[in-house]
Amino acid sequence: MNLSRLAGDAVQYLFVGIAAFLSVFPFAWMVISSTNTSIDILGGKATFGQAFAANVGNFFAQVDAPLVFWNSAKVAVMATVLTIAISSLAGYGFEMFRSKTRDRVYSMVLLTLMVPFAALMIPLFMMMAKSGLIDTHIAIVLPGIASAFIIFYFRQSTKAFPVELRDAAKVDGLKEWQIFLYIYVPVMRSTYAAAIIIVFMASWNNYLWPLIVLQSNETKTITLVVSSLASAYNPDFGVVMIGTILATLPTLFIFFVMQRQFVQGMLGSVK
Amino acid sequence: MTIARANGLKRSYDLNGWLFIGPSVALIAIYLVYPIFRSLYLSFYAGKGMMMKFAGFGNVVRLWHDPVFLSALTNTVVFFVVQVPIMITLALMLASVLNNDRLKFIGLFRTAIFLPCVTSLVAYSVLFKSMFSADGVVNASLLAVGLIGTPIGWLTEPFWAKVLVILSITWRWTGYNMIFYLAAMQNIDRSVYEAARIDGVPAWARFARLTVPMLKPVILFTTITSTIGTLQLFDEVYNLTEGKGGPSDSTLTLSLYIYNLTFRYMPSFGYAATVSYVIVIMVALLSFLQFYAARDRS
Repeated sequence: MNLSRLAGDAVQYLFVGIAAFLSVFPFAWMVISSTNTSIDILGGKATFGQAFAANVGNFFAQVDAPLVFWNSAKVAVMATVLTIAISSLAGYGFEMFRSKTRDRVYSMVLLTLMVPFAALMIPLFMMMAKSGLIDTHIAIVLPGIASAFIIFYFRQSTKAFPVELRDAAKVDGLKEWQIFLYIYVPVMRSTYAAAIIIVFMASWNNYLWPLIVLQSNETKTITLVVSSLASAYNPDFGVVMIGTILATLPTLFIFFVMQRQFVQGMLGSVK
Repeated sequence: MTIARANGLKRSYDLNGWLFIGPSVALIAIYLVYPIFRSLYLSFYAGKGMMMKFAGFGNVVRLWHDPVFLSALTNTVVFFVVQVPIMITLALMLASVLNNDRLKFIGLFRTAIFLPCVTSLVAYSVLFKSMFSADGVVNASLLAVGLIGTPIGWLTEPFWAKVLVILSITWRWTGYNMIFYLAAMQNIDRSVYEAARIDGVPAWARFARLTVPMLKPVILFTTITSTIGTLQLFDEVYNLTEGKGGPSDSTLTLSLYIYNLTFRYMPSFGYAATVSYVIVIMVALLSFLQFYAARDRS
């Protein structure tokens, strides 16, 4: 009995052990490869080398790194602030001011969740071209500000917001926008934290839409730069590795600092 | 309360309601509702660039005679039919092992397996491209342990390129799905498992007869969302194959084909919009299935 249990445990450890190793290996590969030359990387060398400084030097020679990083950060921060502000207003509004018409509007908003981006990108591109917004950062951000997912997330969370707080604030003579700003937002800060992480990460990692809209080197974000470095005719993978590290570090940092909110945000859709 | 005052309150309630949701509703109308109908409209037009003529169902007819479209459609279907079940099964198995309190270092394993979700699709695709090169670390390892005799052409042979795409997506999303199952498992009463164990039900049977049925709603949800995600596959194939979907269109997906039709060659907006509606229809069918199944439950 005890022996079979021990064997069972061993199998389970082996299973999750292999899964954990395979999950982490590409990260280790990224770090190790950043110290190797492109030839060594493509030759499968999995030990640290001496090319780190050269790779970093080449990366900074080929890429205006501060500008690219700044572009990514600018887009992600703009997207996060605007999306959270506008979409949380709506999530709160749909729940607090219910009416038949608005519930119907809400169902339609939810319906847009299933619209694939591929079916939007052509008209969106034409719209942006017409308004002269091609190659601007605002064009990246605009279509995502009203996010059905974030609206849904906030509406679901608002169900747990104590109505007494709102009633008390009303008796005190606060206006609706004051209640939202001074009572709702602070009370719901953990919901906000999770939503901020989702939107920031999605925006930082966004690829297809920026690929379409951003066309000059002055506006490109880090994901675009990594992608174009790696798809060059004869890519220097040492340089590519420096790029992937820079692209991954912020999200990795957020993950480790705010793991709880991170996971809560991901689960938000089913709770 | 007088009627006039009640009416006033009702009006301010309504006004506030619209003020709060107004900005979002307007933006969704402009950037979602309008474009989706605009795509539908475009799908009835044919031509290159801005020279477009009404073509009725001409684009739909063209779809069935377009070998590139047909292989993009086949590839996309193969990707989700093969990949989603593999990933869901793996994620379920991992979750049920990690739900076992007796094991040590569970938090560490969970974090490690979840870690791939943190990377951008572009970054991990690029990493995989370097790992799966002809003489790369994966082939070298497989050769070293004797699993293969000659290097596999992951990026050069059509079959293996498909396998690589499936491996990549599985790496990126298994941990993500696992988290959903782990969360759902926390809500399952442990005494059910204890009772089954005391009755001598073996572990695999507890998994198949208890865990899976109780998680059915979550499994359904993750299956549908994963399928919808795979239907829209783009970043990975674009970055693994320099945007070509090669070798010989073996990894071309519908989204990549739409992108190529629109932005790589002289744009065929109308035809590309028609292809995009193939995705719309497939996603709509799947979402309908999900709503239907969810309603069935409650």
